[in-house]
Amino acid sequence: MISEQLVDLSRLQFAATAMYHFLFVPLTLGMVWLLVIMETVYVMTGKQVWKDMTRFWGKLFGINFALGVTTGITLEFQFGTNWAYYSHYVGDIFGAPLAIEGLMAFFLESTFIGLFFFGWDRLTKVQHLMVTTLMAVGTNLSALWILIANGWMQNPVGAEFSWQTMRMEMTDFWAIVFNPDAQAKFVHTVSAGYVTGAMFVLSVSSWYLLRGRDVEFAKRSFRVAAAFGLASICSVIVLGDESGYTVGEAQQTKMAAIEAMWETEPAPASFNLIAGINEAAQKNDWALEIPYVMGLIGTRSLSKEIPGIHDIKARNRERILNGITAVIALETLRRHREDPVARQVLEATKGDLGFGLLLKKYTSDVRQATPEMIERAVNDTVPRVSPMFWSFRLMVGLGFAMLLLFGLAFWSTLKRDGIGARPWLLRWAIVMLPAPWIACELGWFVAEYGRQPWTIYGVLPTHLSVSTLSVGSLYGSLAGFVGFYTVLLIVEVYLMLKFARQGPGSLGTGRYMNEPAHA
Amino acid sequence: MLDYATLKVIWWGLVGVLLIGFAIMDGHDMGVGTLLPFVGRGDEERRVVINTVGPHWDGNQVWFITGGGAIFAAWPLVYATAFSGFYWAMLAVLWALFFRPVGFDYRSKIHNAAWRSTWDWGLFIGGAVPPLIFGVAFGNLLQGVPFGFNDYLMPHYDGTFWALLNPFALLCGVVSSAMITMHGGVYLAHRTEGAIQRRAVLAAAGAALLMVLGFVAAGLWLRVGGIEGYAVVAMPDMNALPDPLAKTVVRSADAWWRNYQRQPLLWLLPAAGAGLALLAPALAWVGRTLAAFVASSLAMAGVILTAGAAMFPFIMPSSSQPDASLTVWDSVSSRLTLGLMLGATLIFMPLIISYTAWAYRVMRGKVTVAHIRQNSHTAY
Repeated sequence: MISEQLVDLSRLQFAATAMYHFLFVPLTLGMVWLLVIMETVYVMTGKQVWKDMTRFWGKLFGINFALGVTTGITLEFQFGTNWAYYSHYVGDIFGAPLAIEGLMAFFLESTFIGLFFFGWDRLTKVQHLMVTTLMAVGTNLSALWILIANGWMQNPVGAEFSWQTMRMEMTDFWAIVFNPDAQAKFVHTVSAGYVTGAMFVLSVSSWYLLRGRDVEFAKRSFRVAAAFGLASICSVIVLGDESGYTVGEAQQTKMAAIEAMWETEPAPASFNLIAGINEAAQKNDWALEIPYVMGLIGTRSLSKEIPGIHDIKARNRERILNGITAVIALETLRRHREDPVARQVLEATKGDLGFGLLLKKYTSDVRQATPEMIERAVNDTVPRVSPMFWSFRLMVGLGFAMLLLFGLAFWSTLKRDGIGARPWLLRWAIVMLPAPWIACELGWFVAEYGRQPWTIYGVLPTHLSVSTLSVGSLYGSLAGFVGFYTVLLIVEVYLMLKFARQGPGSLGTGRYMNEPAHA
Repeated sequence: MLDYATLKVIWWGLVGVLLIGFAIMDGHDMGVGTLLPFVGRGDEERRVVINTVGPHWDGNQVWFITGGGAIFAAWPLVYATAFSGFYWAMLAVLWALFFRPVGFDYRSKIHNAAWRSTWDWGLFIGGAVPPLIFGVAFGNLLQGVPFGFNDYLMPHYDGTFWALLNPFALLCGVVSSAMITMHGGVYLAHRTEGAIQRRAVLAAAGAALLMVLGFVAAGLWLRVGGIEGYAVVAMPDMNALPDPLAKTVVRSADAWWRNYQRQPLLWLLPAAGAGLALLAPALAWVGRTLAAFVASSLAMAGVILTAGAAMFPFIMPSSSQPDASLTVWDSVSSRLTLGLMLGATLIFMPLIISYTAWAYRVMRGKVTVAHIRQNSHTAY
C-alpha cells in the first residue's frame, strides 16, 4: 500500500513547482509576440525608437525567460523522479508529445533566443526579424505540444490498455494531436499568455507616462500593448467558453463541480452566479441563478441535459463495481497468461479498469473491498466543490475586469493625444498588473485540481501514479525546491524592478533618461 | 515497414546519438563553465569566457532536455526506474542546472564584484556537477543497480543514495568530468586568444591525460577487479511485446567483454576514445583548434560507445533481481510509438543541426576583451 502522506507530498511538490513555472511562461508567450510586432514596425519604418523598444522589452523578456527555462526542466524531471508509475503506465503516449516538443519547438526557441540577444550587429534587419519570429513560433509550438500532453490527461483518446505490457499504448497519434480538449486548452492558454504580456507592457508604460518620462517610447509601447491586449482578452473569454464546452463532453464532473450543480436539472440548466455551498450536506444552501446560461455554455443547446454531481456519482458507482471485475481479471491474467476466461472478462470490462484501481487507495486486494470503501471511492470521484466554484469565478471576474481595462486603454489610443490623458486609467493599469498572473494560476488550479482523483482521467488514479519513495525524501526535496525557488524569485523580481525602473536608459544609447553611470 | 526488433535496436542507436550529441554540444559549454573560475582572471576575462558560449548554451541544453524526452517516449520503464531510483542524484543534477540560465543571464546585469563572483561559481557548479553525476550513474549501471518490479510493474529501488558513491562509480565520474573539461578547454582554445587561450589548452591537456588514465584504469578494474557483468541466457522472441520479467539473466566475470570477443572491431571504440583525447589538446597547441574540437568530440563518442557496446543489450541491469534488468528488448514503447518517434527524429534532427550550425556561423570568430568593452551593456 502506498502511504497517503507520500501521495500528498508528491502532489504538493508537483503543484508548487508547476504553478511556480507558470509564473514565467505566460509572460514569455505573450511578450515574444509584442517583440515581433515592435521589430516589424522597426523594419518597415526604420525608426530607431522601435528598435529601442524591441531591445528594452527584450531585456525584461530575457530576465523572465531565464527563470522559465530553469523551472521548466524541473517539470520534465519530476515525471520520472516522483511519478515513476505514471511514466511507465502512460509513457508510451505521454512521452511522445514531450519529446516532439523538444525536437520541434524547444530547440527552435532556445537556439534563436541566443541570436535575438547577440545577433543585432551580425544580422541584417530582415534576418534579425526572422530570428525573433522563429523564437516566437518556437515558444508557441512548445505550448502546443505541452498542452496536447496535458489535454490527453483530461481526455485520454487514441490509446488502449494492454495487459501484456501492463500499460496504456498509443493506437492513434492524430486523435491525440487533434484531441478537442487539447486544442481548446492550447488556444485558451496561449491567449492568456498574450494577455499577460500585454498587461505587463501596458502597466510599465503607464508608470512611465504617469511620471512623464520617456514619453514617446512609452506611448508607442502603450499603443501596441492596448491593441494586442484587447484582441487577446477577447480571445481568452470567447475561447474560454470553448474550453467549457469540451470540458462538458469529456469531463462533466469538472463542470458540475465548477458550477456547484448537485442535481441534474431539466434542460436548459441555469447558471449559479454565486452560491452558499454546503460540502457536508452535498447541496447549496442558497444560490443566485441565471436561467438557461449553463445549458448553453455546457452543451450548446437548449435541450441537452447536464448531469449533476449526485447522478455522476451514481454512474461512477456502477463503473467502480464493474472495475473491480476488471482488476480481478487483470490480476488473474498477470499470473496465468493463458486463462481464456480472464481474458474475455478483462476485454469486456477494461473500460472501467481505472475505476476499479481507485479502490487501491483503500485495499491492496480489491476482492476485499467493503461497501464502505466503495462508498469512499465513489465520493473521491468528484473533487471538492468550493475551491473549484470560487477559483473559477475569480478567474472569470478578473478576465472581465481586464476586458474593461484593455477596452478603455484601446479607446484612449484612438483619439488624438488620448494616450495618458487620463491619469486614473494609467493608475488602474498599474494596479491591474498582477491580475493576469492570478487568473492564470487559478486556471491551472481549476484544470488540474478539477481532474482529481485522476492523473489520467478515468484511466490512472493519482495515488497509484507516484514513485515509491520515502516520505523523508519528499520532505527533503520539497524543502530544497522551496529554498531555491524563493531565492530565485527574489533575484528575478529585483532585476525586473531595477530595469523596469531604469527604463530604456538601461540600453546605454544616450537617448533616454537614467543612462547608466558606467561606460 | 521495419519489424519491432529492428526498431528496438535503432532506438538504442538513437539514444546513443542523443547522448553523444549532448556530450558534444552541452558538454562544451559545461566544460567552459567548469573552467570559468580558473582560466578567466578578472572580470573582463571571465566575461570573455562566458560569452564564447553566451549565444549558444541555451540551445545546447535542449540536447539534454530532448534526450530526457526521448528516453521517456522510447524507454518509459528506464525513465521511470532510473529517475526515481537515482532520486537524489537526479535532483542534484537538476539543482546544479538551476545555476546556468540565471548565471548566464543575470551575472553581468549588475556591477558588483561579489554578485558576479557568486554567479561565476554558480556557473562552475552548473557545468561541473552534471557530468560528474552522469559519470557516477554510468559507473553504477556497469555494476548493476538494486531495483525490481511488483506484479503491476511498479518499480522499486532497494538501495541508498550513498551506495551509488562507490569507488568504481566515482572513478567513472572522474572520467566523465575530465572528458567534459577537456572538451570545454578545446572549445575555449578555438574561441579565445592570448593568455586565456594558453590556459585553456593547458587545462584541456591535463584533463585529457586524466581522462585517458581513468578510462584505462576503469577498463582494467572491470577486467580483473572482480566487477561482474550481466548476460541474458534465455528470453522470449526479440519481436515479442516488452515484458521485463520474462527473461533469465546471469552474472559472470566476463559478461561485459563478450561483445568485444564476438566482434573484435569494437576495440576501435576505446582506441579512438583514448587516442583522439590525447590528440585533441596537441592539435589545439599547434593552433589547429577546429580540428582539435572535432577530435575531442570523436573521442567522447568513442568513450560513450565503449561503455554502450560492452553493455548491449542491457540498459539498466538489476543487481538485486537480475531477471528484472532493463534491456533494449523489454523496456521499450510500443511499435507504433517507436516508429512515430523515429519519423519525428529523422525530420527534425537535420533541421536542428542546420540552424544550430547557422547560429554558430553567425557568431563565429574570437571573443576578445575589446569586444566585451564595446558591448558592455549587451554582452553577458
